[in-house]
Amino acid sequence: MFEKTGIPSRDMIMEKFPSMDRINKGPAAIVECYRQIPCNPCETACRFKAIRVGEDINNIPQINFDKCMGCAICLSKCPGLAIMIADGSKSEDTVEIKIPYEFLPLPEEGQLVKGLNREGAYITDVKVLKVTNPKSFDRTPVITIEVDRKFLYEIRNIRVEV
Amino acid sequence: MKQADIVVIGGGPAGLCAAISAAQSGAGVLIIDKNKNLGGQLIKQTHMFFGSEKQYASTRGIDIPEILMKELDKYREKVEIKTNSTALGLYEDGIITVLEKEDNYYKIEPKAVIVATGAYEKFLSFPNNDLPGIYGAGAVQTLMNVHGVKPGDRVLMVGAGNIGLIVSYQLMQAGVEVKAIIDAAPKIGGYLVHASKIRRMGVPILTSHTVKEAIGQDFLEKAVVWEVDERFNPIPGTEVTFDVDVMCISVGLTPLNELLAMRGCQMKYVPQLSGLVPVRNENYETSVENIFVAGDASGVEEASAAMVEGFLAGLCAAAKIGYKADDFDDRRKDYMNQLNNLRSGPAGSHILMGLEQIRR
Amino acid sequence: MRIKEHPILKFNKVKKIKFVFNGREMEGYEGETIAAALHAQGVKVLGKSLFLHRPRGFYCAIGNCSSCLMTVNGVANVKTCITDLEEGMIVETQDGKGVIV
Repeated sequence: MFEKTGIPSRDMIMEKFPSMDRINKGPAAIVECYRQIPCNPCETACRFKAIRVGEDINNIPQINFDKCMGCAICLSKCPGLAIMIADGSKSEDTVEIKIPYEFLPLPEEGQLVKGLNREGAYITDVKVLKVTNPKSFDRTPVITIEVDRKFLYEIRNIRVEV
Repeated sequence: MKQADIVVIGGGPAGLCAAISAAQSGAGVLIIDKNKNLGGQLIKQTHMFFGSEKQYASTRGIDIPEILMKELDKYREKVEIKTNSTALGLYEDGIITVLEKEDNYYKIEPKAVIVATGAYEKFLSFPNNDLPGIYGAGAVQTLMNVHGVKPGDRVLMVGAGNIGLIVSYQLMQAGVEVKAIIDAAPKIGGYLVHASKIRRMGVPILTSHTVKEAIGQDFLEKAVVWEVDERFNPIPGTEVTFDVDVMCISVGLTPLNELLAMRGCQMKYVPQLSGLVPVRNENYETSVENIFVAGDASGVEEASAAMVEGFLAGLCAAAKIGYKADDFDDRRKDYMNQLNNLRSGPAGSHILMGLEQIRR
Repeated sequence: MRIKEHPILKFNKVKKIKFVFNGREMEGYEGETIAAALHAQGVKVLGKSLFLHRPRGFYCAIGNCSSCLMTVNGVANVKTCITDLEEGMIVETQDGKGVIV
């Protein structure tokens, strides 16, 4: 189905996530690169050598969650916008998720926006904690949102209503 | 008659890289481009490129011409640039005829030529396909990303290859609603990371769907699509009507290489390379000595590959006319490795199959 | 039809240019093509086809397909998708082949 719709299955998504224990320890990158394409900026961007693509740039990136610091540099460098960061260390009820968002208007910090799943369907309202858009991110702003834990594997996008 | 070492026809990604490489090797280079600025179609690619560092991966396409122009500027005493100039003919005696603007017609006698003329958009046949509002995906990119003008308010994208997916995303960034992306193929043709980022904006991707007809008086008002079976025959009763004022056609590109055919280069029809392409050796020299090709004119592929082909063709063309770079062997090997790397995965397998057909 | 703000791009629309389209005075910006300026004003029909006189708009916007031919300053068959707008231009829709002087 993924090849027909662009929507990954739950199993595919789960395979890219680290364990809950790992997420509860601190931020980790989830690299949703499901099919081989010739591309390796995630590997070159990572200062901690946590992402490995290897000699053949068509390989699917492999992430070492022991080395990943969740710094989000790879997130801003991924041409496919396929990377998000999840951090469960801040609260027992919620997780913090970082996603790329290249649309206007950008949300405001503290604003409630619509949380969307990988189909673009509305799931729940989420709170915007931070909007990061430094020059080094090259016009790919990163939005940090606070998400109810039960939606950790679902929320992947936001809609900012004007 | 104007004399030149190497004439590069087309100053897009392939042509610019060819010019850099040839000038770096010590050859004089004359770039001819029909547009007012160099950069070709890079100037409207707002997305970040794939590939690896050597092909400027993760850099936005719009920023690549500046990088390449800066590189080219290092050899400015060797390089001449003629914009607003169309190469009209490439004749059997080796002469190139050029029309600059509308009134300056002249001839060039080059030692070698690199044809990097790119590709043009294919069209699709369906009733009323000539209505205004039905535009090539590249045209829509030019309109919105170069001129800052929206093509309309509501768009149906026809074609789920990389261009269709990327332009859909760019339409949304420009504030235009994309109603759906359709593709006659049973699977999405473009990179699935692109498909996913559009899908999570809520845009449906309908595979096994094609256009039944366009409706409108003076311009497009509605588009009717229907499902096709596994043999691409439409299934009556599956029609869906979209209320759109723009239909974007993104059903592939065809290499623009008439100049090579005119010169007498051996051409071959290779579907995997999107049409009629010149037979060439691994240095990108065609069957006619000292006539080289690079980029989409040699077969439609990603811009990252076009740039590497340009570097390779420029290096080899210069060597061929007596300007062999000191590190020729290393660089040639490196460019070939880069091309292999870009093509070795499933996304590039059709290119390798196409190249195999040329060799046979 | 103009993009007001864009997440990636900045459009330097500085100098306004006046031109005439089918007798109507219009405005565009320096640096844009005739077809883009017209489209920004909502004009999609640029001419009529040779034999069936069907409406024609641009298609490729890079000067290859000849679907955007118009009469400009009295000259027929101008590719308006690649011709820059100039102050005072007289732009007319072209029905069929156009008159070549």
